[in-house]
Amino acid sequence: MAFYRSHVLVSVDPECVKRGAHQIIDALNDELVAQGLIDEIQVLETSRIGDPVLFGPDIIVYPEGVHYACLSPDDIPYLVEEHFLKGRIVEKFRAQEKKIVDEELGAPKAKEVRVVLRNCGVIDPNNIEDYIAEDGYMALAKVLSDMTPEQVIDEVTRSGLRGRGGAGFLTGRKWQFCRNSQADMKYIVCNADEGDPGAFMNRRVLESDPHSVIEGMIIAAYAIGARQGYIYCRAEYPLAVKTLNIAIKQAREFGFLGENILGTGFSFDLEVRQGAGAFVCGEETALMASIEGRRGEPRPRPPFPAVSGLWGKPTNINNVETYANVPQIILKGADWFASMGTEKSKGTKTFALAGDVKHTGLIEVPLGITLREIVYDVGGGIKDDKGFKAIQTGGPMGGCLPAEFLDLPVDYESLTQAGSIMGSGGMVVMDEETCMVDIARFFMEFTQEESCGKCTPCRIGTRRLLEILTRICEGKGEDGDIERLEELCDQIRTASLCGLGQGAPNPVASTLKYFRHEYEAHIYEKRCPAKVCRALITYEIVPETCTGCTVCARNCPVNAITGERRQPHKIDPDICVRCGICMQVCNFNAIVIN
Amino acid sequence: MSNEQPNGKNILEIVRHAVEVHGKTREELIPILQEINRQYGFIPSQGLEEVARLLQIPKSQVFSVATFYHMLNVKEMGRHIILFCESAPCHVVGGREVWRRLKQELKIDAGETTPDKKWSLVTVSCLGVCGVGPVIVIDEDMYGNVTPEMIPDILARYN
Ligand SMILES: Cc1cc2nc3c(=O)[nH]c(=O)nc-3n(C[C@H](O)[C@H](O)[C@H](O)COP(=O)(O)O)c2cc1C
Ligand code: SF4
Ligand code: SF4
Ligand code: SF4
Ligand code: FES
Repeated sequence: MAFYRSHVLVSVDPECVKRGAHQIIDALNDELVAQGLIDEIQVLETSRIGDPVLFGPDIIVYPEGVHYACLSPDDIPYLVEEHFLKGRIVEKFRAQEKKIVDEELGAPKAKEVRVVLRNCGVIDPNNIEDYIAEDGYMALAKVLSDMTPEQVIDEVTRSGLRGRGGAGFLTGRKWQFCRNSQADMKYIVCNADEGDPGAFMNRRVLESDPHSVIEGMIIAAYAIGARQGYIYCRAEYPLAVKTLNIAIKQAREFGFLGENILGTGFSFDLEVRQGAGAFVCGEETALMASIEGRRGEPRPRPPFPAVSGLWGKPTNINNVETYANVPQIILKGADWFASMGTEKSKGTKTFALAGDVKHTGLIEVPLGITLREIVYDVGGGIKDDKGFKAIQTGGPMGGCLPAEFLDLPVDYESLTQAGSIMGSGGMVVMDEETCMVDIARFFMEFTQEESCGKCTPCRIGTRRLLEILTRICEGKGEDGDIERLEELCDQIRTASLCGLGQGAPNPVASTLKYFRHEYEAHIYEKRCPAKVCRALITYEIVPETCTGCTVCARNCPVNAITGERRQPHKIDPDICVRCGICMQVCNFNAIVIN
Repeated sequence: MSNEQPNGKNILEIVRHAVEVHGKTREELIPILQEINRQYGFIPSQGLEEVARLLQIPKSQVFSVATFYHMLNVKEMGRHIILFCESAPCHVVGGREVWRRLKQELKIDAGETTPDKKWSLVTVSCLGVCGVGPVIVIDEDMYGNVTPEMIPDILARYN
């Protein structure tokens, strides 16, 4: 392996990317090449370093740990020359130290509580000593020296921790099942497939605090008696894979992984496995098939993985966030953890807040918080102060909830009862300009494509649903379509083999339930109330506003627009293909949708 | 994802090397295929056959695994691969218009390659950067907050 005297970590937080983080990386590499330093100094991507809004794009230079902020590519030649050639810290680019401590990952917003994300942005993920300085691996030491496996399981069970990957099964109980299975070999698997669109909580943890996941897995391995573990990480997350591999290597060097861990006679090792882009591989039995080198197709359960998992051996599989909670539970105790959350849903949960909300991004909140608090207090409300229409939780197998549910407490049971699910934590906020039929169609397109095809109700059923929804969006909806959709939803839900098929109807069923009038408007009035579905809208030019600048006419791909210079223009609806280009190019907002 | 011209590279050598690095066991099949895909841009049937022979797995099974995963290509791809995020968060913040414009500019549909083999257009699910959606990735460059008007400029950066 090459040896570098210095590492430059560039934050590729979305906000930093937006502000040019990748241009900074390019400029750095170019300049390092130009100065002949490229073999000595390595440029790496990392997730958030400080507050991207204040600092982005920003970098940290190790080993000194100097944090430079608000960089532009033009600053780079000077910075490289001063810092790396002459060894002088460039004060004018330096981030205000105090602010970094106060505002890492953006200071927690109102109502946020950081347990899983506590180290993100605070420690260097590539330096195990940083993690150790934050009490890292203390829980492992405590477990190995003072606790029996039964005591560990008891502590985790009493904490009330439930799986964060979707189903919400009690983690301690799952471990107990696996512990009870007799076998010569047992496995531990971490599900880091995070396929849900819009969800990137697990990615942040893996990239910023990989050791908390590794430590949680080692503790789980001790509790159930496993010797080997796998982290199945999606290949779309190359930085997470890299960070994990570095972390595993360091953990081995420090004696936390491998033979005879901390001299206690307990042995356990870990390997990263990469997915290859198949959503269904997040389902646990499919995931295990994929690790074994087969097509990632689910199989019926039972037998459950705890009895017969990888290569037929007892296997415990948990989500990234589930494992990341474990060291804290051991250190601070089950009662501390159980003091957060609701009666049946304890602790905190990370969510990826996306869509039409002011502050998108990761949040961590105590369970039991209401949707309203999430959207308005944490998320800052709807973008451009438009109206709230719906919130979609739980990813493609989740549901869309309307405003009446804003005061619903977010916990496993309440969400399920309302027709959605917790899922892994994606939350998409939609404003009044969203067409719910289009959204349902859209989710169905996703599940249809991702269905592994093994069972008919899911393979054919989702395609039928998609066909009907597409027809409705195209203005060809017919009387009886709503009933057909409902019937199909029921059939797919009850007859599918795995969670994908069982959950696939949720987006359709929930929108049918709460936004039925929109379906009716599409079908019976051939109208898209949100003005989204192309076949049901027309573009028109408001003569009073049009200045006759001719820009639209010149950009229309089908020449549907006519008009004299400086005279109001007109769109011929029979020629117009509703591409929307004219509306984008008109500088005078003279084009409207009807 | 590599987009180097396959010519000049010997597929059999790439396969043998990948098998050597990962080892000849069934559980390494997917990592091996990924490696070949990365090196060669796609996995031609000759490559699949060689993998089957070396790992002693029936050919049909190697083919079936290779076609199951989205990230493994069994067809030749264009020089530049455009990944378009088609997941909901990107969709609701304007992904649909971007997608239309992309298809219009390239005159191909999802999963297709332009006749001059310059572009392949691939849809992917969430890339985990939804905060800056709509998102497209060209080769290894990520573009966030993309609007339809930006598409021609972005495409023009590649030759
Ligand atoms: C189609 C499908 C996709 C899934 N994707 C994920 C995923 O990306 N990450 C995850 O942790 N669990 C996912 N799950 C749930 C897993 O099957 C499993 O329940 C979970 O990993 C168990 O971990 P937990 O007990 O810690 O939640 C998925 C389930 C289904 C049916
Ligand atoms: S429900 Fe769908 S994804 Fe699951 S096994 Fe059946 S076809 Fe495959
Ligand atoms: S671009 Fe707008 S202002 Fe100009 S001619 Fe068209 S509609 Fe009128
Ligand atoms: S929507 Fe497209 S096709 Fe219709 S008038 Fe505008 S530019 Fe022309
Ligand atoms: S939804 Fe597009 S990057 Fe996540």
